[in-house]
Amino acid sequence: MEFAELIKTPRADNVVLHRPFYLAVEGTLCLTGHHLIFSSRRQDNAEELWLLHSNIDSIEKRFVGSLGTIIIKCKDLRIIQLDIPGMEECLNIASSIEALSTLDSVTLMYPFFYRPMFEIIEDGWRSFLPDQEFELLSSVTDEWRLSCINKEFSVCPSYPPVVIVPKSIDDEALRKVAMFRHGSRFPVLSYYHKKNGMVMMRSSQPLTGTNGRRCKEDEKLINATLRPGKRGYIIDTRSLNVAQQARAKGGGFEQEVHYPQWRRIHKCIERFNILQESLIKLVEACNDQSHNMDRWLSKLEASNWLTHIKEILTAACLAAQCIDREGASVLVHGTEGTDSTLQVTSLAQIILDPRCRTIRGFESLVVREWLQAGHPFQQRCAQSAYSNSKQKWEAPVFLLFLDCVWQILRQFPCSFEFNEQFLIMLFEHAYASQFGTFLGNNENERSKLKLPQKTMSLWSWVNRSEELSKFQNPLFEANSLVIWPSVAPQSLQLWEGIFLRWNRPSKFLDEAHEEMINIIKYNKELQAKVNALRRQLAEMETDDRMQENL
Amino acid sequence: QVEQVKLLDRFSTSNKSLTGTLYLTATHLLFIDSSQRETWILHHHIAAVEKLPLTTSGCPLVIQCKNFRIVHFVVPRERDCHDIYNSLLQLSRTAKYEELYAFSYNPKQNESEQVKGWQLIDLAEEYKRMGVPNANWQLSDANRDYKICETYPRELYVPRTASKPIIVGSSKFRSKGRFPVLSYYHKNKEAAICRCSQPLSGFSARCLEDEHMLQAISKANPSNRYMYVMDTRPKLNAMANRAAGKGYENEDNYSNIRFQFVGIENIHVMRSSLQKLLEVSGMKGLSVNDFLSGLENSGWLRHIKAVLDAAVFLVKAIAVESASVLVHCSDGWDRTSQVCSLGALLLDSYYRTIKGFMVLIEKDWISFGHKFSDRCCQLDGDPKEISPVFTQFLESVWNLTEQFPQAFEYNEAFLLQIHEHVHSCQFGNFLGNCQKEREELKLKEKTYSLWPFLLDEQKKYRNPLYNPDFSPELTLLEPNTVSFNFKFWRNMYHQFDRSMHPRQSVFNLIMNMSEQNKQLEEDIKELEAKIKRRNGQPDAVLEKEHQQSAHPAPIALKTPPCFKKEQPLIPVNDAVRTIEGSNTADNRYSEFVAEFSKAEPAVVSLEYGVARMTC
Repeated sequence: MEFAELIKTPRADNVVLHRPFYLAVEGTLCLTGHHLIFSSRRQDNAEELWLLHSNIDSIEKRFVGSLGTIIIKCKDLRIIQLDIPGMEECLNIASSIEALSTLDSVTLMYPFFYRPMFEIIEDGWRSFLPDQEFELLSSVTDEWRLSCINKEFSVCPSYPPVVIVPKSIDDEALRKVAMFRHGSRFPVLSYYHKKNGMVMMRSSQPLTGTNGRRCKEDEKLINATLRPGKRGYIIDTRSLNVAQQARAKGGGFEQEVHYPQWRRIHKCIERFNILQESLIKLVEACNDQSHNMDRWLSKLEASNWLTHIKEILTAACLAAQCIDREGASVLVHGTEGTDSTLQVTSLAQIILDPRCRTIRGFESLVVREWLQAGHPFQQRCAQSAYSNSKQKWEAPVFLLFLDCVWQILRQFPCSFEFNEQFLIMLFEHAYASQFGTFLGNNENERSKLKLPQKTMSLWSWVNRSEELSKFQNPLFEANSLVIWPSVAPQSLQLWEGIFLRWNRPSKFLDEAHEEMINIIKYNKELQAKVNALRRQLAEMETDDRMQENL
Repeated sequence: QVEQVKLLDRFSTSNKSLTGTLYLTATHLLFIDSSQRETWILHHHIAAVEKLPLTTSGCPLVIQCKNFRIVHFVVPRERDCHDIYNSLLQLSRTAKYEELYAFSYNPKQNESEQVKGWQLIDLAEEYKRMGVPNANWQLSDANRDYKICETYPRELYVPRTASKPIIVGSSKFRSKGRFPVLSYYHKNKEAAICRCSQPLSGFSARCLEDEHMLQAISKANPSNRYMYVMDTRPKLNAMANRAAGKGYENEDNYSNIRFQFVGIENIHVMRSSLQKLLEVSGMKGLSVNDFLSGLENSGWLRHIKAVLDAAVFLVKAIAVESASVLVHCSDGWDRTSQVCSLGALLLDSYYRTIKGFMVLIEKDWISFGHKFSDRCCQLDGDPKEISPVFTQFLESVWNLTEQFPQAFEYNEAFLLQIHEHVHSCQFGNFLGNCQKEREELKLKEKTYSLWPFLLDEQKKYRNPLYNPDFSPELTLLEPNTVSFNFKFWRNMYHQFDRSMHPRQSVFNLIMNMSEQNKQLEEDIKELEAKIKRRNGQPDAVLEKEHQQSAHPAPIALKTPPCFKKEQPLIPVNDAVRTIEGSNTADNRYSEFVAEFSKAEPAVVSLEYGVARMTC
């Protein structure tokens, strides 16, 4: 298919662009295969707006006489308005945008066409390989092994080719366990706590069904992670009720009789459509400036967004607590083990492991616990808050995770190497990007699409010093401790950087932030200078003394 | 003194507690726990003491403070508990001003310092700074002896054309004699903020002198002959007042006025609103939705927004239309004080400095007779007179500091400290209900002023991001009052609940850093001077020698004096590294560190999960 077929009117003049808190600008609108480009014609201050079609969440059109207006709502929550003279042009442009922003085939997406304008220093596709991770692990323990059982994605289609499992469990046993777990997602290592050797594993629900099926190998596998005489915890991210209902569909949970060394705790983290609705309601509330205080607060409440944040954080803290305080190993799962499970395991690592609070460590966490672990990004992030499609697999699972990280970052502003901008950038790229990183639903699909060969990795771009400097937290001082966030409602806040980003002018806040950075920079300069001067003076004094001794 | 008393964690669901000894002194309640940490509570801060039913571990005693601290003790013996309860009831309820802490507090200042302290804020000076007296405004001696209005200060500024009979006549037509006077004069716009109480208009009464008075105010503004009259009450309340012979201005009787209601609720609504807010925020195991709906039902943020909206309306009239504004409510000492002072704060950057903010409070709150004593319940009195009107003012200012982080010289700690002392009765400033009462109490001789003490510690209250010449446009602040900009003020209502605060404070860090920067700048100067002095020595051999020995001999390094000096750097470096605020100066978080660095035996009841552990 040629993009040109979809673009009936490639260019329109005298278009007026409206954005909140900016003056309206007149200019030319162009459509290309992947971008909507608006450039103002003013000579003095030419302005260009490039918008990826894949960033467009929904589009509305209105007509007043022959003047058409298109309102474009983006996945990054921005809303812009274009006034286009001429009914036909406007209709053409609107239908082109609509078609181009809802392309079916992944291989037509921009990442397959994007050619980087920067020099690639490090191939991001090879930056975070499981082997490296395992090497780190084997330097502290030899109880684990790297299994290639899933090499051709033959055992579990949503797992990566290699996984880390207990040494004492052979591939044959793994195959049996895979049969016993939903989507074949057998328990694998998610995190090893160096401090006390406790581990966190993740999986999907066991297929116990109504007649209480059991699998000896499954029991053996997870028991292999326990110290003699010690108990472990299974954190089921569903409420007991939901877990019980799952049995009717062949799913279920670990029964006490078969897993006597494990204590099961149910936490209620919501799923897909409930989360999606929550996002839609929240964004609606944030976008309406006319709400009085009561209405705003009740809308905020009705969205339930902060309740979800609290639930997810609480479950993650619980997992971390079991590992660090209780000295127990933990297995986390929900139903498929691709959504709430990953939220919990990845946030627990942020709390426990200082490495995950560095930029590289966080990237590695996203790769391990989200991309390789098979979070279906393409399905979940197909649409954002302005979608009207009722497809049930869209959900802001990853955004909720980022929001939780932001909440912890706010409570420990000096313990993270990255800043809020880094999290916002990840949110944007998860929904629309020139990079291939977040395409596909799992490693299997990514390898079929040949993404590493055909597209550029986000990490290749981010990990260059020019980009990194934007995402560095000037306050960062490595903190080797476990960080326990407060989950009291009074301590949780709306993430303004995402949800109010386009709804209020941020000039004063930005300038204050800049001032803060200047103070820190200045401090470093002064310290360096003082130290240099002292050294100089010390040298001079030493010389004097030597002189005297002579 | 009672031993073996337990202090319970307010939000803990598992009765986690500290054991220690409770002491009662003449002025404070003191609790020292087993690790020698002290909790001091001033008797005047105690708002309520409650004895709960006996439990197996002892007799619980809950103390609620006016600074929103809540402590929950368990006293092992009921008799002790009863004794403490009775003593606290007596000690926290003072009948006479002379028994308040301020009259016994002795900060070791000599008399001249005391006098100087009281002279620090000079309101005559402040009016001069605004540009009055001038061709249109003059100082009136009508109230020199508090004859016209007891609750106003002696010195009042009125339009030149308002003669004494007009003033007297107008005051008789105004509730409590509080006739229209100048609160703030805007030099560039030549417009004024004036304040008064409601007119005694009833359904039809009018008063020519009062009409003349308003005319005089509008004439005193050469740039716009129209003036606004803002009634800060909801229209319904104002209309109800007419039945009692009070009410609001009839636009037909006054020339050139534009009348406007702005709808701020009265002190009783505000009191119960705060009560509801505290009930919600004090709940154990609070869910997000209960918190948000509780916040909504309390109406607290709605009231804060109403106050700020009113101030924004006032500022627009002055800044955009150059029109003078007369503000009143019922008596003109609560809502009127809020709106006039916030309006001035938005218009004039002076009030956003530390000194200027003190002046603003002295002018619009203390001198114009906001009834601090009644509103803050300094003496045992009518509980219906208590109302958090001043707290709302501070909260509105805090909201502004959040929106304009660089526009204020002071920080949140300054606002919290003022709030603390409005209730502490430790200094004389906020005692009494009006200036006349303060003079009768001889506060200036018998007590000390708060302001010099705050100025002495101003390092603590400085906003490191403050930029005095930010940009000329910032003289006028135009806050965004869309609802989502108003946030729950956690550091006010949970100031003492440390587990809820961020574990690392960016603010303290930046503050320390900018302090350190000043020190470093000086160090550099000093070092450069030293080096220069040395280089200045005309010893050519030494110079040469210096160049040759690029590698200093390590043996000679017997701690040369300049290396010792590097010491002071280390604590500040520590501050940067501060984990969970272990910085001693930042004692708000110090408790927290101890709590988490101690490897306490992990007794974790998993039902409550982490929510229990961390809050």
